[in-house]
Amino acid sequence: MIFCPLPLRGEGTIGHVADQSGFQPYFEAIGFGRWSFIDLLFRSRSLEIDTAESLDAVAAVVDKAVSQHGTRPQHLLAVLRQIQKDCHYLPKQALQSVARRFSLPLARVVGVAEFYGFLHTQPRGEYDIYFSDCVIDVFHDSEALMQRLCHRLRLQPGAVRGDRRVSIDTTSCTGLCDQGPALLVNGWPVPRLTPTLMDAMADHIERRVPVTQWPAEWFLIEDHLCRHDLLLNTPWRPGTGLKNALRQGVGWLLEQLTASGLRGRGGAGFPTARKWQFCRETPGDHYVVCNADEGEPGTFKDRELLKHYADQVFEGMTLAAFVTGARLGFLYLRGEYECLLRPLQAALRQRRCLGLLGRNLCGLMDFHFDIEIVVGAGAYICGEESALLNSIEGLRPHPRNRPPYPVTCGLWNQPTVVNNVESFAAASLIAVHGGEWFAKVGTEKSKGTKLLSISGDCARPGIYEVPFGITVAEVLGLCGSGETLGVQVGGPAGTFVAPSDYQRRIAYEDLGTGGSFMVFGSHRDIIDIATRFAQFFAHESCGFCTPCRVGTSLQLRLMEKIRRGWATAGDIQELESLKQLLEASHCGLGHTAHNPVQHTLAHYPGHYQARLRDLDFSPGFDLDNELETARQLTGRFGDHLRQV
Amino acid sequence: MSKKKIRIATTSLAGCFGCHMSFMDIDERLLDLAEIADFDRSPLSDIKHCEQCDIGIVEGGVCNAENVEVLREFRNHCKILVAIGACAINGGIPALRNRCDLGDCLEEAFLTGIGVTDPKVPGDPELPLLLDKVHPVHEVVKIDYSLPGCPPSADTIWAALTALIEGNAPQLPYELIHYD
Amino acid sequence: MPTISFDGQEITFEPGQTIIEAAMASDLYIPHLCWHPDFPPHGSCKLCSVKVNGRICSACTFPAAEGQEVVSSSEEVRQLRLRLTQMLFVEGNHFCPSCEKSGQCELQAMGYYLGMTDNHYPHFFPVRDIDASHPHVLLDRDRCIFCELCVRASRADGKNVFELAGRGIHTRLVVDSPSGKLGDSNLDVNDRAAHICPVGAIVVKETAFRIPIGQRKYDRRTIAEVSVAEEAPLLRKRYEQKED
Repeated sequence: MIFCPLPLRGEGTIGHVADQSGFQPYFEAIGFGRWSFIDLLFRSRSLEIDTAESLDAVAAVVDKAVSQHGTRPQHLLAVLRQIQKDCHYLPKQALQSVARRFSLPLARVVGVAEFYGFLHTQPRGEYDIYFSDCVIDVFHDSEALMQRLCHRLRLQPGAVRGDRRVSIDTTSCTGLCDQGPALLVNGWPVPRLTPTLMDAMADHIERRVPVTQWPAEWFLIEDHLCRHDLLLNTPWRPGTGLKNALRQGVGWLLEQLTASGLRGRGGAGFPTARKWQFCRETPGDHYVVCNADEGEPGTFKDRELLKHYADQVFEGMTLAAFVTGARLGFLYLRGEYECLLRPLQAALRQRRCLGLLGRNLCGLMDFHFDIEIVVGAGAYICGEESALLNSIEGLRPHPRNRPPYPVTCGLWNQPTVVNNVESFAAASLIAVHGGEWFAKVGTEKSKGTKLLSISGDCARPGIYEVPFGITVAEVLGLCGSGETLGVQVGGPAGTFVAPSDYQRRIAYEDLGTGGSFMVFGSHRDIIDIATRFAQFFAHESCGFCTPCRVGTSLQLRLMEKIRRGWATAGDIQELESLKQLLEASHCGLGHTAHNPVQHTLAHYPGHYQARLRDLDFSPGFDLDNELETARQLTGRFGDHLRQV
Repeated sequence: MSKKKIRIATTSLAGCFGCHMSFMDIDERLLDLAEIADFDRSPLSDIKHCEQCDIGIVEGGVCNAENVEVLREFRNHCKILVAIGACAINGGIPALRNRCDLGDCLEEAFLTGIGVTDPKVPGDPELPLLLDKVHPVHEVVKIDYSLPGCPPSADTIWAALTALIEGNAPQLPYELIHYD
Repeated sequence: MPTISFDGQEITFEPGQTIIEAAMASDLYIPHLCWHPDFPPHGSCKLCSVKVNGRICSACTFPAAEGQEVVSSSEEVRQLRLRLTQMLFVEGNHFCPSCEKSGQCELQAMGYYLGMTDNHYPHFFPVRDIDASHPHVLLDRDRCIFCELCVRASRADGKNVFELAGRGIHTRLVVDSPSGKLGDSNLDVNDRAAHICPVGAIVVKETAFRIPIGQRKYDRRTIAEVSVAEEAPLLRKRYEQKED
C-alpha cells in the first residue's frame, strides 16, 4: 500500500489514498484496515476537527455510512460503527450529522454511542487494540502480553499514544478461549498470542503496515470441533427442512418441535414450540430474531455454528417465520464476531438465489421473509433478549420491563420470536428428521444435544457436542483435564462446580448452561477467579437499576479487598447481603451477578478464610498509598500508615 | 454509694467543631450529664490522649494521617464509637475537595498559584500528611452508631447520649433525623 | 372488582393497574423515587420492591393480579430499601448541608422515612460535571440518581432535552444541545422537566432556601404522607381523564 504525499497544513486539498496493493476483496468490502481521509487529516493537521475541509471530510464519512447502511432505526449502530472505523472515533460533528439524518435528538445518539465498548467519543488509535480480559485468557498470560506490547509501543494500557497511532485496552471475552490469549485489532481477532507475536505486531504498527497486510496466519481461527453428535454430524442441504415443513404444514412442524422437546439453547430453556406458537397466536407484525450475541465469557460455539452451519441457522429462522408469519428477521451478531459478517451475508445471498429467502419464498405467493444482520459493538447486556431488541431498535440497550415478554411485545412492540443460534440450527434438522429423531437423545426434560465451549486447563479445548445428561466428570474425561480446582459451567452467571459435584449433569434440570465450560486446574486461585468474574459483571452492568449498577461495583470492591488480604468476616457477611440486593435487580445480569462469589464461598470456605484478617474491621482502601501524593510533594518518604 | 461514672471522649477530625457547639447546646442538661459522666480526651477537657472510655464521639471526616491515628486511638479505647455529623458520616463539606486531584491542589496553593513567593509545599514533620481523599470515618474504623445532621441538633445528641448511657441503642424519631 | 392482599389488607384493583397504582388508589404508600403518576413507569430505582407471593418484584411495573399476596412493610423489605437508598447516596456526591434541595428532596426524605442514619457503604466520590450555563436552571450531576424523570418529562414537553449516556456505574445525564450545555438547549424554566427532579440534580435558580428550615416539605411530614396527599390525587385525575 502506498500513500500519496500528505498535504502540509494550510494547503488547499486533502491527501487521498492511492490503493495500489489490491486488497483482497474480502477485506475491501468490510472496510477493515483502510486508511481513510480522516486518518490522514488527523495526522497531518490539527488534531481537532475545526477546518472547513475537516468538516467536509466528516460529512463525507457520514454520507458514506448512511448511504451504505440506511437511516432506519436498526441501521443506527451500523452507521456509528462505520464512522468509528473511518475516523477512529465518533467526532461530535459526525454525531450531530447522524442525529439529523436519523431525525433523533443529538443526546439520544450520544446516549447510544457511549453505551458500547467499541464506540468512542474521544479519539482512539489508528490501530485500536483490545485484549480479552476473560479469566481464561488471563490465565494464559494475556496481561503480561499486553504489558509487553504496551512497553514496545511506549504507551500505558487503556491509553491512546500521543501520535494517535495506537491505543491498547482490554475488553470482555472475545470468544476465543479455546485458542487464547486473544486480542482484537481494528475488529480483527488475533488468537494464540505469544511474546514473539507481540514484538512482531509492535514492529508492524511502528512501520504502519495496514492490518490487512499483516501475516494471514496471525488471524487464523482454528475450528476445534472436537465432538460431533446430532447437530454437527447430520448432513445438511439448504431448503430441505423448509420444504418439508411447507409440504406438511405449520401444525405438523409445531408437533414435531413439541415432540422433539427442543428448549432454548441460550440457557433459559423455554420450549421452542411453545414460544413459536404463542408468537403465532398474538396478532401483529411478527419478527424473528436470532440472538448471536454470545458474550458469556468462555463461550464460542456460535462462532463455529455461524462459520460452518450458517445456512442451517438461517433456515431455522425461516421456519420460525413460516410458523409466525414474520416477514423480517434479524440476526444480532456480537461485535467481536464481525469477521463473520461477510461470510454470513454471502450465505444470505445464496439463500436468496435459491429462493429460500426474500419474496415469494419457495415460489409461494404469500410467503415473504428476509433477514438483516445487525452487528453489536461490545456490550454483554445485549445478550439479554429485550436489551438486544432495544439495541436493534437503535435505543440504549437497557433490558425492558417484563411482562410483557418479547413473544407478545418484542421488536417495535410486535410479537417476536427470539432464539439462540443453536436453537435455530436444531429446529432446521428437526424439520427434516422429525421430533422423535431428536428426542431419542438426552434426558427426559432435556432432549437432544448441547454444544459445550470447553476452555481452560485441559488438553483439548474446543467445541464438544454432547448428549444432555452427560456428567461433568465425563466431560472432563473427554477434554482431558488433569487435577482440577473446579469447573465454571454456564459462564460467570452459571454455576461453579466443585470436584465433589462432578457427578452433576449438563441438563436444564441440573446444570443449565448456554455452553460455556471453563476448566480450572488445581493450581488456580479461587479468589482470583471469583474476583475476575465480579469485575466482569461490574464492567457489563448496564447501569439502569440501582442494585446492579451500584451492587456489582460494591461486590467487586469487596472481592478486591479479600484478594489483597484486607478483608474480615464482616466483609463476607456484606457479600451475602449484596446477594439479596442483587436479586432485586431489573434483569438476569443482576440476578446472577453474585453467583460466582456465592458458589465459590459455599464450596471453598477455607480458601476465603485463609485470606481474612482476624479483626472486627479493616479499611477497604489502601490507606498508606493515599499518602503517596503528599509524600512525593513534601519529600517525607519516611511517613507511613499501617493498613489496620 | 454512687454508680461508677460513664467516661466519654470526644474529638473533631476534619470538621468545623460545629457538632461540638451543638453538643454544648444541650445547655443545662450538661449539668445532668456531668453528674453521671466524666470527660476523657475532648476539647472540653483538654486531655490529649484517651484512656479506656465507654463512649467515644467523633466529629469530622478523615483527611490526613493524624486523623487516622486519632480515630484509631478512639476506636481502641472506646467501647462504643459514635460518628456525629455529616462530615464524619460522608466526608461532608471537606469532602468537596475530593473532586480535585490532591497534587494539583498542593501545586496550585504552594508552587504555581498567583502570589506564591518561595514556592515549596510545606513539609514540616508536625504537619500531618494529607490523604488523597477525605473519607467518612466508617471507611477507616468500625463505627457503632451515627448521628446525622450538620450539625445534629442538641436534642438529637441528647436523645442518643441518654439512650447509650442507659445501655440502649439510640432510636431517633423522625423529627430528629436530619442530614442538614 | 378483583383484589390483592396488601400487607394483609384486601384492596381492590382495576385490571391493567400495577401494584403501586392499586396501592396508591387505596391511599397506601409504597416507597418510590423513579415512579411518578404522570409518567410511564420506569422500574429503575427499585425502592418500590415488594414481595409478591414470596418473590421480589418492582411494584411500579408489576401488574396487579387477582389473589396476589403483596408484602411491602416487612422488616426484610425495609432493610432492602434502606440499603438501596444508601447505595444511591454513596454512588453520587450527596452533601445535604450544601444542597438547596435539602428539606424538599425525595432521596433525603426516603432516608428519613427509612430511619437511615449512615451511608453504610464506602463512598465512590465520582467526579461529575456541573452545568450552570442555563440562566434559570442548574444541573448538578453529583446529585443525579438516574431515575429519568427529567428524560420522560422532557419527552412529554416535546423537547427531548435530557437523556442518559454512558454505561454501568459511569452512566451520566446528558443534555440535547450542540455543546452539551443546558444553556444551549431549548429547556425553558417553565418546562415540566425543569421541575420534576426528585433530588437536587435539576434545580431552578434563585429559588433556594426561601422556605425556612423547619417548614420545608419533609421537615414535618414523611415522604409517605406527602406522596399520598399529592400523588394519589394525580393518579385519580389520570384515571378520570382516561374514562372521559
